[in-house]
Amino acid sequence: MASLDQLTVGQRASIEAIAGNPAVVQRLMEMGVFEGEPVEVVNFAPLGDPMEIRLRDYCLSLRKQEAACIRVKLAK
Amino acid sequence: MAVAAPSATITVALVGNPNTGKTTLFNALAGMRQRVGNYPGVTVETKKGSMTHEGQTFHLIDLPGTYSLAPRSPDEMVAVDLILGHQEGEERPDVVLSIVDASNLERNLYLTTQVLEMGVPVVIALNMIDIAQAHGIHIDARELGHRLGAKVVPIQANKSRGFDELKQAVAEACNAAKRPGAANGKSPPFPDSFEKEVRALQTEIGNGVEPFLVRRLLLDVGGYTEERVVEKHGAAIKAQVQAARQRLDAAGSGVPAVEARSRYNWIREATKGTLNRPAVRPVTWTDKIDKVLTHKVWGSLIFLVMMFLVFQSIFTWAKPLMDLLTSGVQSAGNWVGDLPFLETGPLKSLIVDGLFKGVGSVVVFLPQILILFAFIAILEDCGYMARAAFLMDKLMARAGLSGKSFIPMLSSLACAIPGIMATRVIENSRDRLTTILVAPLMSCSARLPVYILLIGTFMTVGYGWWVPGLTMFAMYMVGIIMAPLVALVLKRTLLRGETPVFVMEMPLYKFPSIRLVLRRMFDAGWAFLYRAGTMIFASMIVVWALLYFPYANDHGESYPELIAALQEKIKEPKEEIETLEREITAKTKEMKLWQERIERGERVTSGQSVLPFIRKQEIETLKAQIETIKEKVDPVEDEINQLTGKWKSQSILGQLGHFIEPAVRPLGWDWRIGTAALASFPAREVVVGTLGIIYDVGEADPREIREAEDVAGTPLGRALQSAEWDNQPGRKVFTIPTVLSLLVFFALCAQCASTLAIIKRETRSWRWPIFTFVYMTALAYIGALIVYQIGSRLS
Repeated sequence: MASLDQLTVGQRASIEAIAGNPAVVQRLMEMGVFEGEPVEVVNFAPLGDPMEIRLRDYCLSLRKQEAACIRVKLAK
Repeated sequence: MAVAAPSATITVALVGNPNTGKTTLFNALAGMRQRVGNYPGVTVETKKGSMTHEGQTFHLIDLPGTYSLAPRSPDEMVAVDLILGHQEGEERPDVVLSIVDASNLERNLYLTTQVLEMGVPVVIALNMIDIAQAHGIHIDARELGHRLGAKVVPIQANKSRGFDELKQAVAEACNAAKRPGAANGKSPPFPDSFEKEVRALQTEIGNGVEPFLVRRLLLDVGGYTEERVVEKHGAAIKAQVQAARQRLDAAGSGVPAVEARSRYNWIREATKGTLNRPAVRPVTWTDKIDKVLTHKVWGSLIFLVMMFLVFQSIFTWAKPLMDLLTSGVQSAGNWVGDLPFLETGPLKSLIVDGLFKGVGSVVVFLPQILILFAFIAILEDCGYMARAAFLMDKLMARAGLSGKSFIPMLSSLACAIPGIMATRVIENSRDRLTTILVAPLMSCSARLPVYILLIGTFMTVGYGWWVPGLTMFAMYMVGIIMAPLVALVLKRTLLRGETPVFVMEMPLYKFPSIRLVLRRMFDAGWAFLYRAGTMIFASMIVVWALLYFPYANDHGESYPELIAALQEKIKEPKEEIETLEREITAKTKEMKLWQERIERGERVTSGQSVLPFIRKQEIETLKAQIETIKEKVDPVEDEINQLTGKWKSQSILGQLGHFIEPAVRPLGWDWRIGTAALASFPAREVVVGTLGIIYDVGEADPREIREAEDVAGTPLGRALQSAEWDNQPGRKVFTIPTVLSLLVFFALCAQCASTLAIIKRETRSWRWPIFTFVYMTALAYIGALIVYQIGSRLS
C-alpha cells in the first residue's frame, strides 16, 4: 500500500486511511479527504511540490509532506 | 403569506466554505448598508449589514469563510463564540444561514452539520445551482432539507435569484423556533462510545462549558478549545481528555476520524437519492484552463508575466496619478499659503508645510493601493490566486514564507504599504505576520531618489559604465536577500510554531464580479485613508514641528520672517526671469522652425531667411538680461539657503542630529547626514530634501533628482561632493565608504511612518510596528557600520 505522495500524475486510487500529525489529519478530513473517497493525481508544481489532487467534486493542492499522511490503494 | 408576529429584528449569521459566493450573497443582500469593524483582541474583521423584507428588518453578520468550526486559534474561535452567543458585545444570532456550493455539496455540508449542533435554527442556501446544472448535477432541495432538518433554498447569488424564498425561509425559521414546543433540529449521530465520554466530561466540567465546546474539546487534538478550557478550569482537565481519547481509540472511535466518519455517513444518507451526479465526471473549463496555467513551463511563464504586469502597474502606471495628486495638493497648499490674511509664522508653515504636505503624503499612496487591490481582487475572484500559490509555494516555503506571500512581496518592491495590506490573502496568521515583518526590506521606490542621488553623484564620473547599474542592483539584492533570511530567523525564534497546514482548495475558474472588485478596491482605499492615514499625517506634523522650532536666531529675529522678507525682495525679479525664459523658449521654437524649413530647401522670402539669425540675437540678448537679473538674485538666494541651513541646524531635529553624531561617526556620517536620516523618519525621500536644506542649497526635490540627467551637476550633487567635516577641514565627508554605508543604511532601514502605520493597522497592535522599526534600524546600523569599517580599511 502506498501513500499519496508516491503516486504519479494520472494515477487513481481510493483512500484507505489517514494518519499522522493530528492537525494535518483533521484539516484533511475537514476538506473532504476521507476513507473510501476516490482520488486522482492531477499535477505537481514546477519544483516538484506541492501536488494537486482531485476528489469527487473538487481539487485540492497539498504539500507532499501532507500527502504522505494519506495511505491509498491504487485503483485497477 | 402570513408570518407569525414578527420579531423586532432578526439577526442572521452567514457561514460557509470559502469560494461559495458567501461574500457575493452578503453584498447582494446588504447592499451599501454594511460596515466593517473588528472584534476585540483578534485580527478578524466583522462585516455587518442589514436588509429588510416585507417590513421585517434583518441584521446580517458575515463570518469568515471556513471549512469547519473546529477552532485552532483565537481568530477561528470568534465564529464559534458568536454563534453560541458568547462573543463579547454581540447578540446571539436568531438564525444561521449556511451557504453551500451546489456543485460541491457533500464536503460543504460538513460545516453545516457542525452548525446544526449548535442550538440555533439553520437555513441552508444552496448557491451556484447554475454551475451544478452545467455539470449535470441535480438536487432535490425539498427532500434534502427534510432529511437534514433544515430548509434548503436553491439560490444563485450572483444573479440575485431565489432571494425572496431565502428571506422568507430565514424569517420562518426564526419564528418557528420561538413557538412553544418547537422541535430540536437534527444532527449527525455519533457512536455511543463517543457520547458516553462527552457526558462524562460534561459532568466533570460542569455547566461552565457548553455542550458543543465539550465535544470540540474531545475531538480537537491541540485545538484552541483545549487552551480555553485549561485557562478556566485548570490543567487537570487535559489529563481526563487524554484518557477519554485513549478509551475512544480502543473502542474504535478514535478522534479525529470519528467526527469525519459520523458526519460523512449522515451526509451520504441524506444525499442518497437527493443528489444526482452523472456517472462520469464531465471535463470542465477549469480542467482545460488548468492544463495550461499549472503547466510546468507555460504555467510558470504566464505566472511571471502576470506578476510583471502587477509590478509594472504599481511601479509605473500609478505614477502619473500619484504626481497628479501630489501637485494638486501642493497647489492647494500654495493657494492657501498665498491667502492675504495668513501671516508668516508657525501657523502658516504648519498649514502649508505640515498639513498640506501631510495630506499629500497620505493621499499619494492611494493610486497604488487601488490598482494593486483591483488586481488582487480580480485574481482571487477568478480563482487564479490559488494556482499562483501552488506554483510559488515551494520557493516561498524555503524562504520561510507561504506561497501566497509572493504578491505582497513583489508589490513591496514598488511600495510596502499596498504590499502589506495585500497580506490579507494569506490565511495562516503566522505566515501572514512573517510576511508583513519582512516586506519592508524589499527596496521600495521611495529609496530610489536616495540611491540615484548618491550613486549618481559619487559613482559615475571616473568609474566604469557598469558601476552605477551594478551598485543599484546590489542595493536591491541587499533587501531581496535579507528578507528570506530574516523570515527564516523569525520562524525559528519569535514566531516559532508548527508548520501550518498548507492544504488548499483549487476553486473552479469564474469571471470576476466587477462589483466585488470595486468593493474590494473601495474597502482597501478607505481602510488605508482612515486608519493609516491618520498616523502618517500625525508623524509628518511632528517632524515638521521638530524642524521648525525653535525659529529665532541669536538676535531674537525669526528665521522664517527673515527668509520671507528676502523672498519678497526677489519675487519680482524671479518672475521677470520666468517671463524671459518663456520668451526664450518661444523664440527658440520659432528659430528652429525656420532653420528646418530653410534646410529642407523650402522657398522663403528674404525677410524670412534672416529670421533664424534675428531670433538668435534676440535670444542672446534675453539671456544676457537674465544673467544681469541673476547677479542680483543669486546672492539673495544664497543668503536664503544659508539662513535656512542655520535655522534647521538649530531646530530640535538639528540639535538631535548633533547629539547623535558620536553614534553615527563610526558609520562615516557627520551630524548633517544624521539629521537628514532622522528627518526622513516619516518618508525616505525626505532625506534628499533635508540634505539639500542642511547643505544650504535649498530643499531639493526628490523627483528632480530622480529624473536629472547629470545628478553630480545639480546644486545638491555639487554641495555633497565638496562637503567637508566641520572639525577637520580638508577631509571630505562623502568618501566611497561613507556613500556605501549610507546606501546600505537606507536599503535596510525602516524610515517610513506609513509602513509602520499600516503594520499597526494590519496586526492590530503596537508591538509589531515597534519591533519592525527596531530590528530594521538595528540591521541598517550594523550593515552600514560593517560596510564603512571594512570599506575605509580597504581604501
